[in-house]
Amino acid sequence: MAVVTVERKPLSFLERTYLPNIAAGLATTFKRMVQPAETLEYPEQRPAIPAGYRGVPTLVYDPNGREKCVSCQLCEFVCPPKAIRITPGEIAHDDANAHVEKRPEEFKIDMLRCIYCGLCQEVCPEEAIWLQNQYSMTGYTREEMVNDKKRLYELGGTLPDAHHKWDKKKAAEEAAAHGGAHH
Amino acid sequence: MIAAPKPDLVTVNIDGVDIAVPKGTNVIEAAKQLQKDVPHYCYHPKLTVAGNCRMCMVEMGMPAVDPATKAPVIDAATGKQKINWIPRPQIGCGTTVAPGMHIKTSSPMVKDAREGVMEFLLVNHPLDCPICDQAGECKLQEQATGYGRGYSRFIEEKNVKPKRTQLGPRVTLDDERCILCSRCVRFSKEIAKDDVLGFVDRGSYSTLTCHPGKKLENNYSLNTVDICPVGALTSTDFRFKMRVWFLKQTNTIDIESSVGVNAVIWSREGVIYRLTPRRNDEVNDTWMADSGRLLYKQVAAARRLSAVTLHGSASSLDTAISSAAELLKSGSIAVVGSGRASVEEQFLLKKLAGQLGVKASLVARTAQGDKLLISADRNPNVRGALVTGLISALPAAQLTQLAADIDDGKVKTVLTHGEDLAAAGLSAAQLAKVNIIYLGTHADATSAAAKVVLPTLHTFEKAGTFVNQQFRIQKFAAAVPGPQGTSNDLVVLAKLLAALGADATASDVHGLWSTLSASVPALATMLYKNIPETGLLLDSTPWAGLPFVEGESLKYKPAALAVA
Repeated sequence: MAVVTVERKPLSFLERTYLPNIAAGLATTFKRMVQPAETLEYPEQRPAIPAGYRGVPTLVYDPNGREKCVSCQLCEFVCPPKAIRITPGEIAHDDANAHVEKRPEEFKIDMLRCIYCGLCQEVCPEEAIWLQNQYSMTGYTREEMVNDKKRLYELGGTLPDAHHKWDKKKAAEEAAAHGGAHH
Repeated sequence: MIAAPKPDLVTVNIDGVDIAVPKGTNVIEAAKQLQKDVPHYCYHPKLTVAGNCRMCMVEMGMPAVDPATKAPVIDAATGKQKINWIPRPQIGCGTTVAPGMHIKTSSPMVKDAREGVMEFLLVNHPLDCPICDQAGECKLQEQATGYGRGYSRFIEEKNVKPKRTQLGPRVTLDDERCILCSRCVRFSKEIAKDDVLGFVDRGSYSTLTCHPGKKLENNYSLNTVDICPVGALTSTDFRFKMRVWFLKQTNTIDIESSVGVNAVIWSREGVIYRLTPRRNDEVNDTWMADSGRLLYKQVAAARRLSAVTLHGSASSLDTAISSAAELLKSGSIAVVGSGRASVEEQFLLKKLAGQLGVKASLVARTAQGDKLLISADRNPNVRGALVTGLISALPAAQLTQLAADIDDGKVKTVLTHGEDLAAAGLSAAQLAKVNIIYLGTHADATSAAAKVVLPTLHTFEKAGTFVNQQFRIQKFAAAVPGPQGTSNDLVVLAKLLAALGADATASDVHGLWSTLSASVPALATMLYKNIPETGLLLDSTPWAGLPFVEGESLKYKPAALAVA
């Protein structure tokens, strides 16, 4: 390949003083000083979370304080990184929610595995698992990064839905026991 | 043109394809031979036909003949014999094939009929699939994908029925899910011969129930759970334990008796959740006793052995093997084999006994057979020991000869493979008098007294073969890995053989079978991988004279009865 020699252009007097460039640089600096900030002072300042954001997956109670999850394990099945582990269990016969029959005995989501895809929320037939706005999960050990059932309900809280599917079921059962609203 | 059928065959035309099927076959089974699925709920191949679910609707027609002359009516357009189609659909399960019969299994009328049936079945269905144990193996779910409407036109209130009725100690009934197919009723009556189930009330109030004062508690009650096409009958043991789609299925053989019931182990990540029967028309049809299903609990039992011990303290396998070999080399040996061990293990134990120059003995386990799927011989593989030559006569329940030999000082070391010597009639003093080398799975009096304990695998954790009461060799596969600290019986036996200076033997099932087929005449020309899943019948004539304890059972007649 041929080599083309280019002669370096000599600097002008003004350029050799550097003053125009210093002035231009300072102009930018002063302009930015009075402009509103575009970055956030994280973690003291937090960004606004858009609707539909997929943060930490959590479990929720219904307005009556019943845990909505019936441990059908569909989320465990669909979870691509296999982050969810459920131990199903039966609700005791003397429990107020005995008519629901099934609930998770233990529910674990490994946040080191979770990829925040939201498939668990999408697949849930009981609308019991919801991805929240919280995005920053930290911990000192691997164990700390596994959310157990207690923690999942702490993070999830109560979902103010108005389906009352299981309440209707209970009402129908009670009506049937007293001779029935049926027929 | 329909080909001339063989005498016992009937040729029918299903969806345009001619097929010859045995006389008496119904349309569902005939269509199955053509890989055509006729959906059904109440029909079960091993039960009588009830015809009450109306799901197996097919369109049926017969070749037209002139009523007066009986001459075939030829369709001018096609030049073939005209088919007189019945204007309404017929049930496939209750329709027996007839020569020349034409069947349509997927015509618009058939689809319409099935969609109608599905809609009625789902009218009162609680749709609690998320909490239903049947989900994933539910016929309603399966057929709803093909024939379901996708939404309900039923705006009235759904039926409310009891959700948690205990029909018996092992079966829970959810009445809302029941579609009244009556399979369980027919099973109890026809197979279990314990007619305790029935329907009461009428119409949508119809309810499955036990006869007053009775319970579904026979030893075959869990078969009703298997054949329930929906989630109405569920196993109390398996209830809410795990969804079935997570479970891996491994073929196994029931270990509770010499019937050799074919079964499936359902496990997930090394944990067994349930055992169900596997269809084998030559052995157990589609049934299995409840008692055999619960044996999976042995695998994770608390008294499972998991540490190699030498004189009561923990040791490594190789140290223990060489110590055991030293004991065995010192002479005055007795070898006790097991009718619960696989053919391969019995073969290696025979080699070991041969190397030591002794004859092995076995421990018999007998109890009353139930004439169905539990035989009097509660060892699954006594015949395997006969086939491999480990023993030549039938075993006794008590090791009286061994006890006498120990008292006389003729035996100083006993190697026992999975047999508790105390249960076989040896006293604690006799156990203390000898050096015991114990290969076994569970802690017992023998393992406590043993000098060397070598923990081995449960049947469900290893591969092998059993020879059942019919001299049918059947194979089983490893479903779950053994606990830490256990070793495969074959590995332990091969190591013992090597430590005793015998020729090297393979310690895996596949490798061992080349030796096995070469040295056991009854198993010549066979290989483990070639044994079909339904087993292979061996020639039993060499042992025909032995007084086997088994009585008659579902698919077995004792030789004496068979002759008579």
